Amino acid sequence: MAETTMTHTSQMEPRPAGWRGIAADWASDQRAFKNVSWGKAMMWIFLLSDTFIFGCFLLSYMTARISTRVPWPNPSEVFALRIGGSEIPLILIAIMTFVLISSSGTMAMAVNFGYRHDRRKTAILMLLTAALGATFVGMQAFEWTKLITEGVRPWGNPWGAAQFGSCFFMITGFHGTHVTIGVIFLIIVARKVWRGDFDIGRPGFFTSRRGRYENVEIMGLYWHFVDLVWVFIFAFFYLW
Amino acid sequence: MVDVTPADAVPPAEVGEVELYHPHSWWTKYVFSQDAKVIAVQYSATATAIGLVALVLSWLMRLQLGFPGTFDFITPEAYYQFITMHGMIMVIYLLTALFLGGFGNYLIPLMVGARDMVFPYVNMLSYWVYLLAVLVLVSSFFAPGGPTGAGWTLYPPQAIMTGTPGGQDWGIILMLSSLILFIIGFTMGGLNYVVTVLQGRTRGMTLMRLPLTVWGIFTATVMALLAFPALFVACVMMLLDRALGTSFFMPAIVEMGQQLQHNGGSPILFQHLFWFFGHPEVYIVALPAFGIVSDLISTHARKNIFGYRMMVWAIIAIGALSFVVWAHHMYVSGMNPYFGFFFATTTLIIAVPTAIKVYNWVLTLWRGDIHLTIPMLFALAFIVTFVNGGLTGLFLGNVVVDVPLSDTMFVVAHFHMVMGVAPILVIFGAIYHWYPKVTGRMLDETLGRFHFWVTFVGAYLIFFPMHYLGLMGVPRRYAELTDMTIMTESAHHLNSFISIMAFIVGFAQMVFLFNLIWSIRHGREAGGNPWRATTLEWQTPETPPAHGNFGKELPIVYRWAYDYSVPGAKEDFIPQNVPGDFAPSREPA
Repeated sequence: MAETTMTHTSQMEPRPAGWRGIAADWASDQRAFKNVSWGKAMMWIFLLSDTFIFGCFLLSYMTARISTRVPWPNPSEVFALRIGGSEIPLILIAIMTFVLISSSGTMAMAVNFGYRHDRRKTAILMLLTAALGATFVGMQAFEWTKLITEGVRPWGNPWGAAQFGSCFFMITGFHGTHVTIGVIFLIIVARKVWRGDFDIGRPGFFTSRRGRYENVEIMGLYWHFVDLVWVFIFAFFYLW
Repeated sequence: MVDVTPADAVPPAEVGEVELYHPHSWWTKYVFSQDAKVIAVQYSATATAIGLVALVLSWLMRLQLGFPGTFDFITPEAYYQFITMHGMIMVIYLLTALFLGGFGNYLIPLMVGARDMVFPYVNMLSYWVYLLAVLVLVSSFFAPGGPTGAGWTLYPPQAIMTGTPGGQDWGIILMLSSLILFIIGFTMGGLNYVVTVLQGRTRGMTLMRLPLTVWGIFTATVMALLAFPALFVACVMMLLDRALGTSFFMPAIVEMGQQLQHNGGSPILFQHLFWFFGHPEVYIVALPAFGIVSDLISTHARKNIFGYRMMVWAIIAIGALSFVVWAHHMYVSGMNPYFGFFFATTTLIIAVPTAIKVYNWVLTLWRGDIHLTIPMLFALAFIVTFVNGGLTGLFLGNVVVDVPLSDTMFVVAHFHMVMGVAPILVIFGAIYHWYPKVTGRMLDETLGRFHFWVTFVGAYLIFFPMHYLGLMGVPRRYAELTDMTIMTESAHHLNSFISIMAFIVGFAQMVFLFNLIWSIRHGREAGGNPWRATTLEWQTPETPPAHGNFGKELPIVYRWAYDYSVPGAKEDFIPQNVPGDFAPSREPA
């Protein structure tokens, strides 16, 4: 795939103003979003679709929570850790959130170095991102284990509404799956960067398409999205 | 960096340099093919095969309804299973897959002037995941307890309870898994269709020069990408309810004297999720049909489509509105009555853009040079049928009228007319229209006319009487109606009549299938452009189009898709890739 910057996409005609102008821009020749490659457009549209999935999950959770007739377990007690003899509410989740948000930072740096064709730094930063993501998943596994040993199950828990456990495992599980898939793909793309696939234009094994450093950015879009979703899960599940 | 200057005929950016995967063996050429045209045929064949299963299921249902008590093997449980599988297969695995996976894959790249979909490998995966979904669905016929009998809406709590066939067996698990797979597979394909239309067009192909077929499929795909997530979530949650004993949708419930483990879930939540998908789904099926029928009418009436710009906006308006009407399927579910008021209003507003489309089709026909070819016959039949089904929609969209008609045969008649028969008629018309491009040969004309008349008249004889049954109060989804007081002698006769018609129409489809297979070898040679049509897929150097679609140079588009019977032109059609100003390159006004 060639670089997708286009300088002249159609004849310079007078463009209509106002709403007609907006419609005309969108409808203009060849591509609706100028300078946006196919891969990036596809990722954005996928993320839009995925937003609807997470939106439905969270709305279902909210419906369950506001319509339950039994008490909802108190998150700041449930998610507290006993450290040094005192209960610290939400400490684990705070660390998890910090780790995940940091990984967004390293991802952004990787994208930056990718566009400078700095193979080494890009790959290292991507692997660092993957490591932070894996740490997040590991801490999530720890949290699951803790809750399970305390008796939380998808079908019930000792403190109140059964939907607490169902929603918790389902939503964090679905998000954790996203992070895990992201980690796997980060490693794959990091390997390609390291090997210099994007410099020599080596065709993909399955697709026989040549990759570009833009793939790092597309990977980053997904990663930032997963982080953003986590912020919403954090707000609606742990802080509510 | 590709620098495109408008002066010379440089191939478009990215499209020109796209690296197509070139198949090396028979397997990669015809089986694991990355060519959208092969994938389209694979999608269509699979959808047709599973659709035949659903056709047989409908026969079995009609056997029971038309001649109750005659066939011992159709137990009430089996009847519910037939209903469920018939509905689910027809709506999702046949119509959605055929319109988007079949026609979408074949027509989008050709019509927008692209070499292929933007990511052919993902596109190929889409088909194989779809096939897997179909196989999982079919496997439920052989699983212990058989397929699920929950009705195609799969309403909890009954869907996962003992009394429902498959509820506590494998049926519902396989159904939900299959739907999840379908959604994953569809997403891979759908992303391709959307990005190809948005970003992969050839030079000169503005959105407002796209044939309406592409507009319909494109909008439907966008809707599907936003609507299927709700079904995905609903399936995951019900799967957890069934497999892990969670209570998302399951309230506290006593079954056969036993208190179940579930507590505190909301069945209504499922209905909201399901119909947030389910209503757009109606238009996911209808919008491609709208688009295709516009092109069929324009081509076969040799006249430009009336009000192209309005047609496009109507498609978009219908797509947007269809996301805010879902609860009109839930008037009797126990919603807040104010919701009913809101959803009835939005529902009736959809009639406006829909009516615009119908008027524009009729006005396109007005004083056109109408060729009563088989595609045209099907297109005309579609308009009539769609208007018919749409009018009964006005009844059902109003809360007060809907309440007594809910769950009667009137509803069955309505949705079969509007989203069963009408889109299927378009599919037939489209197959007769594009078969010459796919195979290089025409379908047999005589068999085709036979197929059309039996299907069209037969479909009316099947579904029209159901309105009367519904108005009499005959309920739907009942396996056995014999002893009900509303089932008068005449109603029984009507039911038998409907059943006989269903068999006749079904057998006419066998004639059609025979025609499809026979004509591959024995049909009349079609040539490149047998209908003298303007759109790009008819301007390919080879028929059937080769890998890469357009030979060395991609076409450049100079005009909209509807330059038929232009005054002063040599012929009565000007293909989109023909330059020249002798006729104003008519941008839609």
